[in-house]
Amino acid sequence: MIFSFDLLINAIVSGILIGGFYAAVTCGVSLSFGILDIVNIAQPAFIILGSYIAYMLNNSLGIDPILISIIVLPAFYLLGAVIYQIYYLAFERRGQESLRGLAFFFGLLFITEVTLVLYFGVDYRYVQASYIGPTWHFGFVDVPLRILVPCLVSLLLIAVLQLLLTRSFVGRAIMAVAQDQLALRLMAVDPVRIKRIAFGISIATASLAGAFLIIIQPVEPSVGRQYIGRVFAICVLGGMGSLPGTVIAAMLIGIVESLTATFYGPSWAPAVSFGVLLLTLAVRPAGLLGR
Amino acid sequence: MSDLLEVDNLGKRFGGFVALENIALSVRAGERLGLIGPNGSGKSTLVNCICGTLRNEQGSVRFDGRVIDGLPAHARTRLGLARSFQLPRPFVSLNLMDNVRIPLLYTVAARGAHHAAAAVDDHCHRLLREVGLEAKARHLPRDLTQVEMRKLELARAMAAEPKLLIADEAMAGLTHSEIEDILTLLVRLNEQGVTVILIEHIMRAVMSFSRRLVVLVSGRKIADGNPEEVMRDPEVERAYLGQ
Amino acid sequence: MRSIPFLLLSLVVGAAAFAGAMQLGNDYIFFAGYVVLQYIVLSTAWNILGGYCGYVNFGTAGFFALGAYSTVAIYQLIEANEFPHLVPLPVLILIGGAISGVVGFGMGYLTLRLRGAFFAIATLALAVVLETLVVNWDFVGGSRGAYIIRPETIGPFGSYVKYLALLMLLLAVAALNVARLIERSRLGYGFATIRDDELAAEAAGVPTLRLKLIATTISGALMGMAGAPFPYYIGYLQPDSTFGLDYAVNSIAMPLIGGTTSWVGPLIGAILLGSLQQIITVTISSAVNLLIVGGLLVFFVVVAPNGILGLVHKYLQRKPDDFVGRRRTDLETPAAAAAPDAAPGTPP
Repeated sequence: MIFSFDLLINAIVSGILIGGFYAAVTCGVSLSFGILDIVNIAQPAFIILGSYIAYMLNNSLGIDPILISIIVLPAFYLLGAVIYQIYYLAFERRGQESLRGLAFFFGLLFITEVTLVLYFGVDYRYVQASYIGPTWHFGFVDVPLRILVPCLVSLLLIAVLQLLLTRSFVGRAIMAVAQDQLALRLMAVDPVRIKRIAFGISIATASLAGAFLIIIQPVEPSVGRQYIGRVFAICVLGGMGSLPGTVIAAMLIGIVESLTATFYGPSWAPAVSFGVLLLTLAVRPAGLLGR
Repeated sequence: MSDLLEVDNLGKRFGGFVALENIALSVRAGERLGLIGPNGSGKSTLVNCICGTLRNEQGSVRFDGRVIDGLPAHARTRLGLARSFQLPRPFVSLNLMDNVRIPLLYTVAARGAHHAAAAVDDHCHRLLREVGLEAKARHLPRDLTQVEMRKLELARAMAAEPKLLIADEAMAGLTHSEIEDILTLLVRLNEQGVTVILIEHIMRAVMSFSRRLVVLVSGRKIADGNPEEVMRDPEVERAYLGQ
Repeated sequence: MRSIPFLLLSLVVGAAAFAGAMQLGNDYIFFAGYVVLQYIVLSTAWNILGGYCGYVNFGTAGFFALGAYSTVAIYQLIEANEFPHLVPLPVLILIGGAISGVVGFGMGYLTLRLRGAFFAIATLALAVVLETLVVNWDFVGGSRGAYIIRPETIGPFGSYVKYLALLMLLLAVAALNVARLIERSRLGYGFATIRDDELAAEAAGVPTLRLKLIATTISGALMGMAGAPFPYYIGYLQPDSTFGLDYAVNSIAMPLIGGTTSWVGPLIGAILLGSLQQIITVTISSAVNLLIVGGLLVFFVVVAPNGILGLVHKYLQRKPDDFVGRRRTDLETPAAAAAPDAAPGTPP
């Protein structure tokens, strides 16, 4: 373990950039778990699905992966709406969401992952884009573009989502449905429809996050599993549904992971986010900016 | 004789919202206390704090001479504090017999009394009979009407053989004669030595049952005393008519 | 049926099954049977916390692997002194169970105050932390894995795998008996109230935290016991497959498909799903295997939430109490009295 200032700064910068990306990965869960109380443990699998779709179309048509993910957004939204409808009819309405809802999403996680394995195999896949490869240098600080670009677009995505949640009627209805469904009904707004929209949005973010992921690193189906812990750690640390909190928490985790990997070795990295999660749950379950 | 229940300067907040402020209350053993107040005044929150379902940030609660702050709810029940929930919370996968069996197994048994299985069964039947639910002993709570669920709530609270029973709006939705039944039941319990706190909106029932009346408005206690006098108090009048 | 007769009956059934398998003269049935029996233990163990108490544990693999790696650690320790296999398997099983039980207790103490979903995620977190610790611990092989060379034959059984299968059979019988004992005891009632309404349970005098800790300890211990013989079975232990999420999905799917309200459910689920998986892995592939488990899990959870047991109840179209009343005359159990589609009582 060689401590050097260069290494430290680079680790921190790297952590911040990756953190931006982690925020995009997590924002879907901030919506579904933080706001709607739906434990969608399958989100990482949908993100991998997004990665593979980006891979396929990028490979055959040469279109930029982020562009692909935006084009495919409606399909993911629809997927989210359908999944929520099933979830609602099967669980929420019967009041059995805890055990069976969790099992439902766990099953979806497996189905998605294994289907990808059967279709694509376990080889790593990657995409081609002009910004994958070059690295900008600021003095001794290295900023790989393949991480910078997704990071910036992620932050843009979060900003758009935050605007949506706070300024638009649908967005505010989503925030309201988390707090008082009866009041919403009295305003002639169907809470189920609002939740369906919200969940659809949450899955739609997976499309974008998937594109970001495969830009940053090669992807194979089981990569999603590493993100389960990260996603929930960030969501909880960030205060369950607060998007600004999600960004801060994501960057914090990114930095801690990066420092751990740099100075202790990458084999310890998986434990970081899970360890942070356990610590947060034990000490301050409301998170940093929690409600 | 020291009081059975002493609530001293109790305060409870939910984030920025002050649910209870500076609540002081003493209940003597054997009393029949009525607790009234508009919706949202904090009655159920007070019950939750006394029984340990919620933790109060301020003040303390003493039961039967000992400080019970920090004790989990089940420990308080074992000391002799029982309550029925305002929104009934039955054990949905257990039938009625088993619902009332739980306090017998876990509270009464914990105090040292050990009964054979058959005796426990009889006890359950008796409890259900007292609230008129014996016919549905083997049914599940989902087969009950709203009214019957409230009776089950009461039966389950009684099963814990409490020294103090807090009945939280047990009579909502009952017919005239059903209210009479519950009142008779509570009076009989009281005559057997159980202290009762009755939280109700049905004024007729409260006035006929209570020997002392406490009024809660917006988290504060505004009156405490003889029922007739309390109801004539202008501040109490304002609280009810002015809402 | 009272508990002692059931214990004897289950031992007899187990012995008969084992004797029957011996007659077949083919070792394969013992290899496959071991896996199915292992799943009976894992799903029964999971169900004690998950089905009875309502707390979903995603970390089955963690406890299973803990048992496996304690065996490896002891093996390495003793082999270093040139006495391989000095510690007999049954003792290793008990040690594995003890370690996992202690960890289960610790995990429970840290996480059981958390509301349902957080608890589930915390269990997943714990499994990953354990895996990371093992991967970085070279004494047990780290990421390279660990070898255990098992004896070729043993005593009266002939091949070693027969011995392993017998041990797992006894463990399965033990697990089923423990589950059944819990169901029929005061503990079973307490667990049911935790599942139904923890707040009301506390108000009724049930010491919920204590009971939940008992559940996690027993559940963890059984899972550890199932894992202890695994290194001898598989020969080469690798962290990522030993800690695999596959164990989690199976130990959740089997009780949910079989039925979570009684000891019979995990048994049915493990036998059906376990056998199905053995067949598919051999005939098609192990990836398709997981697809089917996931698919069945989703299907049952959506369509038949009370599992096969629930469907059987419905098909027989009896009131649950009649069905129960005909089966037993002593203290009624809460688990069996649960109706097929118990929906929560709706508040006013």
